[in-house]
Amino acid sequence: MSTTASARTGARPEAGSGIDPRGPQFNAAVTVVVLVAILVTAGTAVGTVLTAVQAALFAWGAIGGVQTTIHAKVFKALIRPRLASPDHLEDPAPPRFAQAVGLGFAAVALVGFLVGGTTVGTVAIALALVAATLNAVFRFCLGCEVYLLIKRATS
Amino acid sequence: MTGLWVALAAIAIALVFGTFRALTDGRFRGTHKPAGHPSLVEEGRHPSLVEEGRRARLETTAWTQLGAAATSTELGERATLVQFSSAFCAPCRVTRRVLSDVAETTPGVVHLEVDAEHHLDATRRLGILRTPTTLILDPTGREIARAAGAPRKDQVLATIPARDLT
Repeated sequence: MSTTASARTGARPEAGSGIDPRGPQFNAAVTVVVLVAILVTAGTAVGTVLTAVQAALFAWGAIGGVQTTIHAKVFKALIRPRLASPDHLEDPAPPRFAQAVGLGFAAVALVGFLVGGTTVGTVAIALALVAATLNAVFRFCLGCEVYLLIKRATS
Repeated sequence: MTGLWVALAAIAIALVFGTFRALTDGRFRGTHKPAGHPSLVEEGRHPSLVEEGRRARLETTAWTQLGAAATSTELGERATLVQFSSAFCAPCRVTRRVLSDVAETTPGVVHLEVDAEHHLDATRRLGILRTPTTLILDPTGREIARAAGAPRKDQVLATIPARDLT
């Protein structure tokens, strides 16, 4: 009576290490502030420049990994030393994927603002703001959830 | 000024949605009654578990719908915890730890993790929309409950069928 087993099929092996989950959360909180600033200044040169900066930050996280961004360095230097050690570590792949999703929205917004489509830019930034807020407050990764739905629909 | 309102609306939507998710994540919702459920016994139609199992193997169950995703493990004698995971899923890791802990400490309970994106057929057949989604199967392979989002250990233990069904 002891069929005790834990088996997995085709799933990724458990990574031995990981990142502090509060790092990406801090990144998301900073992103929320930048995105709100973009919305308030949408249609002005300041808004467009901020969008370009945020797009670059998203690209950095997506390409270099979330551990390499400015946010991660600030977190490591100033914030993590003031926090208790994390109760668990997380895989860096999901937040990195989220940065790529954010880059998509920021790119659409940047093109919108550059060609005078303020409404398109505002909507794209607003959607990114919903996702960033979910990440900052609940550590909830919206892009990661949409990933499976897109896979289901397209392949 | 419009931008500020848009920002506030976006944040409000996120807070409402996130709160709803935080409250409902990991909660098991019953899908079918387990084999040997008391209501069947009362009606005097309760077949023995062996018969039930034999009949169920011929039926379409969640277990048969798993198809190729489930070949590597036998069904648990008490329950099988089927976890759908994906690569970009932070709560999947927590769920894996909780479910494998339950499987290791509870006799007759098996944990099976399925990579949803490599088993899209099973994912569609079983209507999996999010990862992690955990299905609890009875000894005949029928789904008795499912939870989207990471469940806590006590939520799993409260949902797996009682040890003695006969």
